[in-house]
Amino acid sequence: MPPPPILEIRNLSCRFGNRTILRDVSLTVSEGETVVLLGRSGSGKTTLLKTVNGLVQPCEGAIHFEGKPTTAWDPIRLRRRMGYVIQDAGLFPHWTVEANVGLVPRLENWAPDKIAQRVEFLLDAVGLASAEFRHRYPRQLSGGQKQRVGIARALAADPPLLLFDEPFGALDPITRFELQRHFLELRNTVRKTALFVTHDVREALMLCSRIALLKDGGLDLLLPPQEFLAARTPEATAFLACLQDRGISSESEAIR
Amino acid sequence: MNSQLTSEILSLSWEHLQMVLITIAIAIAVALPGGILLARRARARRVALSIASIAQTIPSLALFGFLVPLPFIGGIGPHTAIIALCLYALLPILRNTLLGITGVDPGVRESAVAMGMTERQVLWQVELPLAVPSIVAGLRIATVATIGTATIAAAIGGGGLGVFIFRGISMVDTPTVLAGALPAALMAVVADEVLEWIERKLSPA
Repeated sequence: MPPPPILEIRNLSCRFGNRTILRDVSLTVSEGETVVLLGRSGSGKTTLLKTVNGLVQPCEGAIHFEGKPTTAWDPIRLRRRMGYVIQDAGLFPHWTVEANVGLVPRLENWAPDKIAQRVEFLLDAVGLASAEFRHRYPRQLSGGQKQRVGIARALAADPPLLLFDEPFGALDPITRFELQRHFLELRNTVRKTALFVTHDVREALMLCSRIALLKDGGLDLLLPPQEFLAARTPEATAFLACLQDRGISSESEAIR
Repeated sequence: MNSQLTSEILSLSWEHLQMVLITIAIAIAVALPGGILLARRARARRVALSIASIAQTIPSLALFGFLVPLPFIGGIGPHTAIIALCLYALLPILRNTLLGITGVDPGVRESAVAMGMTERQVLWQVELPLAVPSIVAGLRIATVATIGTATIAAAIGGGGLGVFIFRGISMVDTPTVLAGALPAALMAVVADEVLEWIERKLSPA
């Protein structure tokens, strides 16, 4: 029996003014899955992610989280049950790493010693030595370290769903690869459900259980990675072309 | 230096300082909450800022003159001067409060909301702490400017170090002008240094 869906998006449409951002998107995310939203800039993937935690209101259609429509949730409660990681991590610059990671537990009134334990556990889990990093400020961290702290912060109150908006987009390729590998390890240990936005097809194939390919606000394909590799829609073909290294080298030779 | 002059300098400096402190206290009490309320309202913000900017452009001697004949708020004496000084002190504090709050990195604000902070928590735990250096910078500009402008209060019987300056001008006596101008300049320099130190102390690490 398949695990129950944790998130169900039904016929979602979204417009800003007379621009259609999302058209009739339906998508189900089961427990433990990582669904990657892949698409070009302006394909609506970030907007789709933001409708899930209520940063953007859907115009039509519905989103059900844990069996209940998001419009029926108190938005504050809803957001505290979803971790959120964005490109430049969005860490609070006036707080230490410890205070950043402990934010949601603190909002939820956990006991201070329980928060401290949780922070220590999470920093270790994302590969940062707690003793060395907990008292640092965000400006004393490298890009990759900030992103690790951002992930630890999202995991802090053990939310059932994690939302990632191009979290590794601004990192150098080596650090990015390191974090992607770490993400996979982490997923195997904590078994989290995640919705992950990226425009990088390699990253999508590496991290996903399924890929949701978005084109002009609509869902083009929703497939597991092996089947995605064989997909033949124009948009899928365009993304898969980015994978063909030989193609790139022969093209660059042609340019030379 | 004779002791009578010294004691007059001290008492007028004290009057001057009192006038400045009351002005700044009132300006903070109005501009800080005002800035917080306006930070969320783009249109009201533009209107308020243009009104405050226009007030700023009225020549100070003229503004003091306008206020004197007005009932209740006008008349001769320090309270009229304080009202005029407040009008000048408002803008820098209001503008810097707004800049501080609206200048918070959108990613930081978005994270705060997405983490499940309430609007009030976002304001008090994220936006205001990050706006503090900008607010103190505005306070510094307002204070230094008020110390200078307050010398004009003497023209409408408000007292303060301007008394020496106006007396010196009418007697064509430079030392008397300096007896007012130098302590006022010193006061401005000290206030500037102290507030700069506070600004540094309060900057998020």
